[in-house]
Amino acid sequence: MKYLGWDELLPGAILFSFDEELDKDASYILPEERPYAETNSHEAYVGDWRVLKPVYNRDLCIDCQFCWIYCPDVSIISRDKKMIGVDYDHCKGCGICVEVCPTNPKSLLMFEERIPNEEALAQWPEKE
Amino acid sequence: MAEKMELNEVEVWDGNMAASQALRQAQIDVVAAYPITPSTPVVQNYGSFLANGYVDGEFVMVESEHAAMSGCVGAAAAGGRVATATSSQGFALMVEVLYQASGMRLPIVLVVVNRALAAPLNVNGDHSDMYLGRDSGWIQLDAYNAQEAYDLTLMAFRIGEDVDIRLPVMVHQDGFITSHTAENVRPLSDDEAYAFIGEYPMVNAMLDLAKPVTYGVQTEEDWHFEHKARQHHDLMTKVFGKVEEVFDAFEKKTGRKYNIVEEYFMDDADVAIVALGTTVDTAAYVAEKLRKEGIKAGVVSPRLIRPWPHAQMMEALKGVKAVACLDRSSPNGAMGMLYNEVAATMYQSDSKPVITNYVYGLGGRDFTVEHAENIYKELAANAEAGKPTTPLQQFIGLRGPKLSFY
Ligand code: SF4
Ligand code: SF4
Repeated sequence: MKYLGWDELLPGAILFSFDEELDKDASYILPEERPYAETNSHEAYVGDWRVLKPVYNRDLCIDCQFCWIYCPDVSIISRDKKMIGVDYDHCKGCGICVEVCPTNPKSLLMFEERIPNEEALAQWPEKE
Repeated sequence: MAEKMELNEVEVWDGNMAASQALRQAQIDVVAAYPITPSTPVVQNYGSFLANGYVDGEFVMVESEHAAMSGCVGAAAAGGRVATATSSQGFALMVEVLYQASGMRLPIVLVVVNRALAAPLNVNGDHSDMYLGRDSGWIQLDAYNAQEAYDLTLMAFRIGEDVDIRLPVMVHQDGFITSHTAENVRPLSDDEAYAFIGEYPMVNAMLDLAKPVTYGVQTEEDWHFEHKARQHHDLMTKVFGKVEEVFDAFEKKTGRKYNIVEEYFMDDADVAIVALGTTVDTAAYVAEKLRKEGIKAGVVSPRLIRPWPHAQMMEALKGVKAVACLDRSSPNGAMGMLYNEVAATMYQSDSKPVITNYVYGLGGRDFTVEHAENIYKELAANAEAGKPTTPLQQFIGLRGPKLSFY
C-alpha cells in the first residue's frame, strides 16, 4: 500500500471498499469481479485465531441461506443463492452458522482446526 | 414534511427545552437516545415533538447510552444528521463510543447536561462528566443559561458539519441550575434556524451504494498515528477560525455576541476568576460589585473548552496579577483541569500571574456570592504580595475543617 503523510489521509478512519469509482450499484457486480481496494478487508487474512472451524456438507444442505445471513464475519460463501462453503481466511470459528443450520443432521458442524475436512465429512452423524 | 411550530418572540423555556427546540429546528435525521437525569427532558420533549408531527426524522429508543451513541455513530456514518443528549453516568457509558465518533469524523451533536459522577450517587450538577470527555476529540462548548444552550446547540451543527472540520460537538449546560430553570429565551423561527444551520453536507456516506466505504477500520501501528495526528491538527488549527466565523454569523442574525473566550470587566483587571457554566454569571456579578470597593476584578471563561483556546486565554489574562481557577469537578489526585490548563498557558506568557486553584460546588453544592467575594479578596492579597498568600489548592463550601494542599 502506498505510504501517505498524515496530511494526505482522508479525515476519519474511513477506507474505500473499491479501488475504482463504481458507476452502478455495487450489489449488482458479481463478487468475483469486484475491484476491491487494497485496503478492503476482503484482501486481508483475519481468521488466524480460530480454534474450531465449521465444516460444510453439500450433501445435506437445502440452500436456505440461514448461515449466510447470520454469519457475523460474512464468511459464508454463497453464489446465486447456493451455498458453496466457508471462507476460512475470515471465519473466526464462532459456530453461529452451525447453530442456525436447520437440517437434520446439520449441514455445517464444528470440528477441531487440525482435523482435515475429508476426515470430518467421513465421520458425519446420522439423522436423529 | 414535518409541521412548523409557531414560536413567540420570547418563550419561557428551561435549558432542556431550549436544547430540544434547537434539535427540532435542525431537522435531524436520527436521534438515538436513552434518558438520564437531568437531561431526560431533552429527548422526552423531542419524543413529543415527533409524536405531534413536528419532527420528520427517526427517534430510536435504545437500551443504554452506549447503544445510544453507537446508534448515532451508525446513523451518522450512514450519512445522516444526528444528535442526542446525556448526563453523568450515561455520559461515562458513552465515552468508549465518543472516541469512535470523533475518530471517524462524524459531526454528531451531543447535548450534555452536566451532573456529578457516582459514587456516591448524585443527580445534581457539577462538571465531572464535562471533564471526562476532554480527550475524546470532540469540540466542547459551554452554555451558562437556557438562551445560550439554545444558541450554541444551533451553532454546534454548523461548526461540526463544516466539510473542513467534520468533528462531533458537545454543548454543555449545568444540571438543574440551567437545565430546569425556566427563563426567557428568544428563539429563531423554524425557517430562520434551519436556514442558519443549512442542509447537511453529506461526506462519504456509508449508504452511498455507488461508492461504498468502510468506517472505523483497524489501522494498528501502520496508520493509527497518522489518523490521530490529522484529527489533532484539525482541532488545533481549523476549529478556532470556524467557531469565530459561526459566532459572527450568529451575531449578525440575532445580535447575540459569543466569544471563544468570554471576558467580563477584564480591560484593566488586576485579579480574575476563571470558571465555567453558571458560576461565570455569579462571578461576574460579584466582580462588578467589588469594583465599587476598589478591587479591579474580572472574569474569564473559555466558551470553547476543547480545543483549548491557548492563545485567546493568554491574551485575556495578559497583565492580570492573580488568577483563581475554579474547578467544579473532583480533581482526584491532581490540581483541577482549569488550573492545569491555565497554568500551562500562562507559563508561556510574559506576564506570569499568581495562579491558585479552588475546587467547589461538587454534586450540586451551591456556589454563593460570598464564596466569590472571598476568592477575590484572596486574589487581591496574592496580587499585592506577588506570590500566593493562600495554599495553591483549596476546597470551598465544604463542611468540616478546611481542606487545602500545597
Ligand atoms: S463459524 Fe462463525 S465466522 Fe465462521 S462461518 Fe460460521 S458463523 Fe461465520
Ligand atoms: S444453514 Fe445449513 S442448510 Fe441452510 S444454507 Fe447454510 S448450510 Fe445449508
